[in-house]
Amino acid sequence: MATIRGRVWKFGDDVDTDVIIPAKYLRSVDHSVWPKHVLEGLDPTFSSKVKSGDIIVGGKNFGCGSSREQAALAIKDAGVSAVVAETFARIFFRNAINNGLSLVECRGISRAVAEGDVIEINLDTGEVKTKAGTLKSLPLPPFLQEILQSGGLVEYFKRTRKG
Amino acid sequence: MGSTAVEKIISAAAGRAVSAGDFTEVPVDFSYFHDGTGQLTIDAFSRMGIDRILDPERVAIVFDHSVPPYNDQAATLQAMVRRFAREQKIRRFHDLGEGICHEVVPEKGYVAPGMVVIGADSHSCTLGSFGLFASGVGATDLAYILASGKTWLKVPETIEVDCSGVLGEKVSSKDLILEIARVLGTDGATYMALEFVGEAVRSMSQSSRMTMSNMAVETGAKTGFIEADEKTYRFLGREGRLFRTDRDAAIARRVSVDAGSLVPKVACPGSVANVKPVSEVEGTPIDQAFLGSCTNGRYEDLLEGAKIIRGKRVHQDVRFIVIPASREIQKRAQRDGLLDAFVEAGAIIGVTGCGPCLGVHMGVLGEGEVCISTSNRNFIGRMGSMKSSVYLASPQTVTASAIEGKITDPRRA
Repeated sequence: MATIRGRVWKFGDDVDTDVIIPAKYLRSVDHSVWPKHVLEGLDPTFSSKVKSGDIIVGGKNFGCGSSREQAALAIKDAGVSAVVAETFARIFFRNAINNGLSLVECRGISRAVAEGDVIEINLDTGEVKTKAGTLKSLPLPPFLQEILQSGGLVEYFKRTRKG
Repeated sequence: MGSTAVEKIISAAAGRAVSAGDFTEVPVDFSYFHDGTGQLTIDAFSRMGIDRILDPERVAIVFDHSVPPYNDQAATLQAMVRRFAREQKIRRFHDLGEGICHEVVPEKGYVAPGMVVIGADSHSCTLGSFGLFASGVGATDLAYILASGKTWLKVPETIEVDCSGVLGEKVSSKDLILEIARVLGTDGATYMALEFVGEAVRSMSQSSRMTMSNMAVETGAKTGFIEADEKTYRFLGREGRLFRTDRDAAIARRVSVDAGSLVPKVACPGSVANVKPVSEVEGTPIDQAFLGSCTNGRYEDLLEGAKIIRGKRVHQDVRFIVIPASREIQKRAQRDGLLDAFVEAGAIIGVTGCGPCLGVHMGVLGEGEVCISTSNRNFIGRMGSMKSSVYLASPQTVTASAIEGKITDPRRA
């Protein structure tokens, strides 16, 4: 059973990819640049506070805007173990799964947690345990779980292609 | 029970009947990426363990984000993408100055109605205005398409947006799509397709339709579909397979907007859905005005702006940046004197591409500065400083505001 337990960093609705990683940092071949500026647009000190294993909780439409994959990579490479949000913007959703970053779409999560809470996510059942009780969400469809468990779409391709 | 046009296109591609909610893998008829997403696309492809992309004839690369490159890293990354295009024999490679990908790809006739088209850019939904299924993805998804020719999709539900009446004088399809964004909200169509129908859509030009579909993503939508017609074929220089939504198709939601009574609108800073009539914010001083982008950098946009500015001056406190969306548009606008009208008035003509929309070059906003822009996003910090603000509006409103130095209703200009 895949469970993730971690401390919560809480953000609001419509967290867009421009605040997750501003465009001025994109033209780089050095992947280590992006986690240093993760969510800088909302909290310039965030990258120095976030610890490996922490969980980001967002409101509605998390990751809206540009298709920049660096947004998902910045969050993942900062050590964040999962993002739980009311809803995700679809390109961010794909980018996260394709890079092996766990996502849980969970209605009611914003009201159920405060910053600094510790929550536990069961990726198989979609259950999220919070101080306020257990929230039920839909687990990812099996096909997407397979991509996630492969470690992302590149690994999935290597594993599934013929020959 | 009938089907939506989007369900039919995806079913035809998948080779089996699918409907909203189904997950399916589909062959992709055409895909494209740009210099912004190229780096990670190639990086992902290089890790897939194969040497050749599946079909170089079904791919285009268009350099539009860093035109010309604004620092050494951007130049180095472009050189890498250029090398990849050459090695992989991608003939549909468009280097600096050719235009914005969402404009160049249909202009060159690479796509046709009925196709499944995927671009590594969020505004790839623009191409839904050509009666095809088009959606944006990230770099790794695009690399998977290069390698396998396929992508996975969740078949979207459709929201039908009925636009009745005909747009009035100095009111454009930009005002219409901003109003629709207000009604739907920034996540009102997440994972869904928008389909634009009605008299206003049928009567507007293909370019105006592109503006509508372009901003579908700002409501969370996967695509912004518009049924193809003669105008579509003329733009593309080719016909395709016509798909229509059945009368008894399952439509998730119906929204109606009366285009005939619509007034000029602006999306106020922070959210594309924070839309008000221009009259409510008239008089707000501006530092910069931008006419261009994949939303509104087409010939008719330049024409509407030129009509307003001819014989007038850009306000002394404003920098007015005008950028044609492609070289073809630039050539035509130059030939017809539109660019002259802007230059004579004191505007700055920028290099063809995305321009200042992404906030890294060619008109970056400083702290406390205000811009009115024909582009598509007004998120905090989008066009520069986290303490700058962006209003989104039509070419007419932006041009009228550039002349007055403050947000202005173009019907007064």
